[in-house]
Amino acid sequence: MGGSGSRLSKELLAEYQVRGFSGSSRAGLRPEAVSRSRRPSGRGLWTDLTFLTKQEILLAHRRFCELLPQEHRSVEESLQARVSFELILSIPELKANPFKERICRVFSTSPTRDSLSFEDFLDLLSVFSDTATPDIKSHYAFRIFDFDDDGTLDREDLSRLVNCLTGEGEDTRLSASEMKQLIDNILEESDIDRDGTINLSEFQHVISRSPDFARYLAVVALHSGKQVSGHFSYKGEGIDSHGT
Amino acid sequence: MAQPRVLVLDVPETPGDQDQEPSPYEESEVHDSFHQLIQEQSQLAAEEELELQQRQLVAGALGPPGSGHQTLVGPGGAPVHSTATLRILASMPSRTIGRSRGAIISQYYNRTVKLRRRGSRPLLGNMVRSARPSLRLYDLELDPATLEEDEKRSLLVKELQGLSVAQRDHVLRGMPLNLAEKRCLREKSQVQRGKRRGPQDRGGVFSCCSRLRYACILALHSLGLALLSGLHAVRPWRYALKQIGGQFGSSVLSYFLFLKTLLAFNALLLLLPLAFLVGVQAAFPPEPPGPAPAFTGLELLTGGGCFTHTVMYYGYYSNTTLNQLCVPPRHGDQCSPRASSLPYSMPLAYLFTMGAAFFITCITLVYSMSHAFGESYRVGSTKGVHAITVFCSWDYKVTEKRASRLQQDNLRTQLKELLAEWQLHRSPRSLCGRLRRVVTLGLAWLLCLGTMLGCSVAVFVFSEVMIQSPVSAGQEVRLLALPLVVSLLNLGAPYLFRGLAALEGHESPGLEVYVAICRNLILKMAILGILCYHWLGRRVATLQDQCWEDFVGQELYRFMVMDFLFALLDTLFGELVWRLISERKLKRRRKPEFDIARNVLDLIYGQTLTWLGVLFSPLLPAVQVLRLLLLFLVKKASLMANCQAPRRPWLASHMSTVFLTLLCFPSFLGAAIFLCYAVWQVKPSSTCGPFRTLDTMYEAGRVWVRYLERAGPGASWVPWLHQYLVESTFFLFLASALLLAIIYLNIQVVKGQRKVISLLKEQIRNEGEDKIFLINRLHSVYERKERSRAGRNEATMPPALHADGRDTWWDSERPCTFSQHPQLHSVTTAWQAETRT
Repeated sequence: MGGSGSRLSKELLAEYQVRGFSGSSRAGLRPEAVSRSRRPSGRGLWTDLTFLTKQEILLAHRRFCELLPQEHRSVEESLQARVSFELILSIPELKANPFKERICRVFSTSPTRDSLSFEDFLDLLSVFSDTATPDIKSHYAFRIFDFDDDGTLDREDLSRLVNCLTGEGEDTRLSASEMKQLIDNILEESDIDRDGTINLSEFQHVISRSPDFARYLAVVALHSGKQVSGHFSYKGEGIDSHGT
Repeated sequence: MAQPRVLVLDVPETPGDQDQEPSPYEESEVHDSFHQLIQEQSQLAAEEELELQQRQLVAGALGPPGSGHQTLVGPGGAPVHSTATLRILASMPSRTIGRSRGAIISQYYNRTVKLRRRGSRPLLGNMVRSARPSLRLYDLELDPATLEEDEKRSLLVKELQGLSVAQRDHVLRGMPLNLAEKRCLREKSQVQRGKRRGPQDRGGVFSCCSRLRYACILALHSLGLALLSGLHAVRPWRYALKQIGGQFGSSVLSYFLFLKTLLAFNALLLLLPLAFLVGVQAAFPPEPPGPAPAFTGLELLTGGGCFTHTVMYYGYYSNTTLNQLCVPPRHGDQCSPRASSLPYSMPLAYLFTMGAAFFITCITLVYSMSHAFGESYRVGSTKGVHAITVFCSWDYKVTEKRASRLQQDNLRTQLKELLAEWQLHRSPRSLCGRLRRVVTLGLAWLLCLGTMLGCSVAVFVFSEVMIQSPVSAGQEVRLLALPLVVSLLNLGAPYLFRGLAALEGHESPGLEVYVAICRNLILKMAILGILCYHWLGRRVATLQDQCWEDFVGQELYRFMVMDFLFALLDTLFGELVWRLISERKLKRRRKPEFDIARNVLDLIYGQTLTWLGVLFSPLLPAVQVLRLLLLFLVKKASLMANCQAPRRPWLASHMSTVFLTLLCFPSFLGAAIFLCYAVWQVKPSSTCGPFRTLDTMYEAGRVWVRYLERAGPGASWVPWLHQYLVESTFFLFLASALLLAIIYLNIQVVKGQRKVISLLKEQIRNEGEDKIFLINRLHSVYERKERSRAGRNEATMPPALHADGRDTWWDSERPCTFSQHPQLHSVTTAWQAETRT
């Protein structure tokens, strides 16, 4: 871990960030296009478009590279590569989360929705970072909870959600009558237009009444935010060398 | 015919809705969410209507209104729809917004339009008519077939180009799209921005100010971030907090965060005295009264001995002007001002430094408390407890398998409790049960209050005994007796209260926690009150010839040390030994719980002691900082080794609010009253300290003001200020009247908004009913068409309702919604008038 490959990528990525590829086309992703970039700006593309800082992006990239096989860890390859769900789900921050599959599916951009690219990974971290707005957090939370991807939370979604919260096992889930009662109550409380389902706005309306929501959704991945460095230094990597 | 649709579409866009009166932000958040809801509802209704219109054109037949729909609208129940209806339902904006990219883009397009219009409202009049945002553009989602995703995107790009760079990035960052999409949008809007220089230049003059503002904000923000990250690097517990959060969840984490907050408060409190008192006095040390006693080690506990004549205590500080060469006469700083360029008067410095330190602490405390309140209390947050529990209670910080399972168990219990409670509310308990409950509660409270009274009396009697038997030089250990007794009571009573709470059997665990906190707090405050009386009322009288301030400072030091030792003992026995016993002997697998309430109260108690003592011992905050650091390490180690996460549900945000409130109200306020009394009323001892010649400590300030009066007209504003602001009561009355007026105003604003919210809620409900009605109409039309196709040989029915008829039907049905809201109605008609001109 942390071989010369990832260090190189770190430096190159720093280049990306500092020079910025606020260039003119998608080819800006390539290093040679970076050097041709006429208008160097202080802030990079990813720092502008995500809620992450430069450091966090670098750490995320390093983390992402760790999931790739050793020979594919160069910058270009890592930016193109996709990591399958099994590998992503193995990172400790997601391992214990009952919504981990949903989280990955929501953030995946591949057609079959079974793998994450580096940008998807950044997206995930951005939404779950401390600085993300409650609005975007609640939007993604809604999509995570919408198990059948139909745009509303119906009774089926709600019961799957409750099962995730209480545990899937036979002995841990609520009884059928309890579940029905609970879902009835939830719909009674939050389905304002009485169409039997909860849509995004109704969901956000409920969320806006709970101050804890953003806090709880904040640190899904511990390597988001400043705690990243803590995590890495705990693993014995000298992350502080560039941590200013 | 188009007019009614305009009416529907315009409801959310009315300027009256956007420019609400100033409001607390939680209110506006609720407003926003409603606003969006209504917008969707009305868009939806409009779409339904359009759909209906199309159907009508296709089918050419529509039954008379009211004939079919009564049978189809189930009372509140979801009616059964055909597949065609379901397909239409699935493509409604309110549903696609959570799913499809096109819908998200169009939603953000709408928002950007709004943002731009709000930003450039003054310019709107100057624009040519065609450049105005057309009303037609709002219903992008109306005909999804014609406006493809690309067109929507290009519309959004066009809108984005109208924004400044910072604004555009802000909008893009907040969009729930994936990064590739965002990058694409950004590139497009940048490229075209570069090509079209003209409009940008025109906008450049206009938005120069706003750009400057954004640049300033950005610079400040990044500066703050840099400072923060620098601070982060210094902190020793970056990893520790993460680990605690991951294993025990947010509730236990909030204890440690509170500890961290206290540490910051103490550092703040320490800073000023360290700079202006301790440092200066150490640079100009007074002559020692005698040889310092040797260090024996006991001083660390008692705070006396060789510590007595050091910067640690009040008595060491001189009552002179420090950097003057002349020996001042008996009455204060009467040395001629020419003797030194900058005289440094210790009494004044002492008074003002302490005052400033307390004032800063007060401001910080009140600010953080109000911030916490704003975060944790939302209007209507008590309603919808089931939905909030299900949607918002998973703590994504938890990363351990075991902790995750524990959280699932907790949530299951909580949900079951909620359901049981809900059932209970529906069937209230019998009279007999209620009576038994009242009797139990009364008895428990009586016992608790009795215990508190007993403890207070015990402390009082013991302190009297201590006064009767003065401690001689060799027996300083006896000084520890009073702190020992108090700490023992503080340790023992909470266990008694906990036992009583178990007997009471509270229904909701949240209530149980608050009751426990309340009882422990009353006990601690009662004991501290007795002690304050003991120090200021009794000790001052008995220690006439000695330095009573030193004694009180030492006493507080002893209390703090003793409290710390007991906290350590409690950790050792209450957590470590108990775990060993329960594991080895009882063979139970459960570890003891980390008692957040009691631990937090201990922290608050320690902080109160620090605040009480800081006047008599300026370095007491340093002791507290050390104590907190050690406590952090010990508690963390013990937590990791011995404890498990609490089973009770805690709401982290409410909890930190409660902690801060407790810190502010009984604790800080009590300490401030105690100190004010000491400064204004009590005569300082005449043998030591900066105020030894004066009647009260405050006298120093008065002497200075008089001196300034004599000094000349240059500083005449200071006596004036003193006379009108401090001495007269008028200013005080004015300030409090102003404060009350502001509070009243805020309450009224909140009340008004609450009313608006309930009105809007009703409106949404009506819209929902309208939606169901329209869906049913659609359904009946469809069925009719099917039937007519089936019976083809029958004579074709004439169209029962032509366009005008439909309009009258519409007019008769729809406006009933708005007629209930005269405000909305008038606003929309006004808007219509504006659009027509």
